[in-house]
Amino acid sequence: MSSQQPPTELDRNVLTKTRDARATGVDDRFNSRLREAMGSTPFILTKFDKFMNWVRGSSMFILQFGIACCSLEMIHAMMIKHDVDRFGAGVPRASPRQADLIIVPGTIVSKFAPRMKRVYDQMPEPKFVVGMGSCTISGGPFQEGYNVVKGAEEVIPVDIHVPGCPPRPEALIYGIAKLQEQVANGETSPVVVKPYELEEFGNMPRDEIIEQLSDQINEDDLAMRYNWGDSP
Amino acid sequence: MSTLEEPEVEPDGLDIDAVHERLGDRVLDTEEHINAPGIIIRADEVEETLTILRDEFDFDYLACVSAEELPDRYETIYHLKQFADPTRELSIVVPTDRDRPISQSAAHVYETANWHEREAYDLIGIEYDGHPNLKRILLPDSWTGHPLTDDYNQDKPQVVSYKAHENPLLEHTKEDDGETMLINIGPHHPATHGVLHLKATLDGESVVDVEPDIGYLHRCEEQMCEQGTYRHQIMPYPDRWDYASAGIINEWAYARAAEDLADIEVPEYAQILRTMGAELCRMAAHFLALGTFVLDVYGEFNALSMYAIRDREKVQKLLEDLTGQRIMFNYLRLGGVAWDIPEPREQFFDDTRQFINEDLPESMDEVHDLLTDNEIFQLRCVDIGVLPPKQAKQYAATGPVARASGIDMDLRRDDPYGYYPELDWEVVTDDGCDIFSRVMVRVREVEESAKIVDQCIDLLEEWPEDEREIQANVPRTLKPDPDTRVYRAVEGAKGELGIYIRADGTDTPGRFKIRSPAYCNLSTLPVMAEGDFVADLIASLGSIDIILGEVDR
Repeated sequence: MSSQQPPTELDRNVLTKTRDARATGVDDRFNSRLREAMGSTPFILTKFDKFMNWVRGSSMFILQFGIACCSLEMIHAMMIKHDVDRFGAGVPRASPRQADLIIVPGTIVSKFAPRMKRVYDQMPEPKFVVGMGSCTISGGPFQEGYNVVKGAEEVIPVDIHVPGCPPRPEALIYGIAKLQEQVANGETSPVVVKPYELEEFGNMPRDEIIEQLSDQINEDDLAMRYNWGDSP
Repeated sequence: MSTLEEPEVEPDGLDIDAVHERLGDRVLDTEEHINAPGIIIRADEVEETLTILRDEFDFDYLACVSAEELPDRYETIYHLKQFADPTRELSIVVPTDRDRPISQSAAHVYETANWHEREAYDLIGIEYDGHPNLKRILLPDSWTGHPLTDDYNQDKPQVVSYKAHENPLLEHTKEDDGETMLINIGPHHPATHGVLHLKATLDGESVVDVEPDIGYLHRCEEQMCEQGTYRHQIMPYPDRWDYASAGIINEWAYARAAEDLADIEVPEYAQILRTMGAELCRMAAHFLALGTFVLDVYGEFNALSMYAIRDREKVQKLLEDLTGQRIMFNYLRLGGVAWDIPEPREQFFDDTRQFINEDLPESMDEVHDLLTDNEIFQLRCVDIGVLPPKQAKQYAATGPVARASGIDMDLRRDDPYGYYPELDWEVVTDDGCDIFSRVMVRVREVEESAKIVDQCIDLLEEWPEDEREIQANVPRTLKPDPDTRVYRAVEGAKGELGIYIRADGTDTPGRFKIRSPAYCNLSTLPVMAEGDFVADLIASLGSIDIILGEVDR
């Protein structure tokens, strides 16, 4: 056991150096090259908004949100080898209330769209969306499916689209880096198309289909209405 | 070697005459499917007939239920098999009237029919009389119409209701005992491996009832395949069923069915390439199963999940060299594969050997060190999530889930295809029936797959250069004869992945039905989880290894 052996020369050196640094209040650890570049003063002057944008862009908390095939490449982007955390965007949060960034990794179908909308609504502002893969652009290979929402933009606004089926992890990282760049420059303005909204069933325009369902769904239940005929 | 691709169509040992004699007047008519003899019965004698076949003729395995709409009738086909010998097949065809499509349910004979019939009701609209819980399974409850029928209008608006989550304690507590409560796990939850919703009813911390609610990723795979032409347009979709890098195995399922349908012979060299690709895929899929399972039981981003993903990256690199893509390979073609081993061949062989012989044994040691020999892990997994073999058969569990319950069935050996019969490998089984066994079976299957890949590499390397035939002659347009039917399955990473195709004389399938292993395996979750703690429910779910793309299709 090392603690029972007498301390070596090296141990003594380290202990002394750290203790000295603490005692004098000048810790080596903070004497970075950045600090040197700033000269003698530890203050910088900047605009508050600019500072906040820089902070936001440099520390993205991603929502842990897997849907379909793309989520595997998303896992690979977060794990060993690709490790998106190198770029300050790799902390996956399981709760939407702690996340700034939602990556939508897969096909959105009618049953899931209202749930995804709810998850998005639960995220605190400011929040950002990266659409991953062709399915979130247009429905991708499943666009002609009777049950497939033709892209994430039909439900939530999207900042960055990463095309591919699925995109490689490198492509996703590039997309996230682009978003971080936008955020840091204060440039984000998501694409808003959103024809589908959650609304109370009673407020929907009455037509054949609503009449047919009126005994199944309560007036004040939330519902989402898909007008498939109007989709691209 | 004609025995390679074409397994004998006539089920050996099945005495079809004895079946006819026993069923007597119940047999209305017979027909021949490519894989099995078909017996047509009345819609109100389903339960009786299937009970006789199950109890007296050992048809203990209902592989698939495929329903379809024909111009003059609706039809349900029960594809029966035997766990002891899956080449003994029998199709029970149940036609029903177009105006009143009501058929007797088989859910009391085979538990697995419960979900299959719900799916048939959902997509086709056949009603099953006596079904315990006949409601939609893949589409939302408020959906109108049945989408895989001819008169379905896809442009019609649909409304999906979304009830706000109320306080479960207030709303779902039973009046008489204040002990139980309902909690929703999913559809967005890190432990559900995608978009699965579990309605779990708890008594304190134990699960008294759990109901998987699926369909959050139902992206109309069957419709897509029915729209595509046999030759090229269908092949990209199988990659997206079990997307855990098991793409080549899925493609093979389609290729096997379509090649039997169109009578295509695959060259031997292409079979070896397919076998090698499929086993690399199986390894990648099992690494993911392992990695996500330890995430479920150990917590976020521990060492082992990182190691599993690291090994997956290595397999994906090899697969990318072979096929050109990391996940969606689209490598198989009807009658062969897209291309040969990439040049320089030696380098591919060296890389693969490096992985199989050097890297893999080392990482397997790590897995055993960190996981299977770990006392805490064993405490967490041994004798928990038990699936007795009898129930596994009732729910038609296959693959590692069934083999961990002591059911010795592997289609690679029992219904041989590809190059498997020529190679030296073992089917892994374990009779622990618990979570630990399921994990162990997967870990050992990775080692078996490595043995197969190693032998394939040797064969490919020694194959004479002028005999490297990767593709058979296949007509540009395939039009199988109308009304031929085939159900063919391969051993997917999760279990029996079967495809049923009915040809209608055109160059697209008349009906394309996918028998998904994860779908059937997931239906065993209540058996595993009920009575255990809620934390063990998550571990059980992880040990089934579901991929929602395959569950919902």
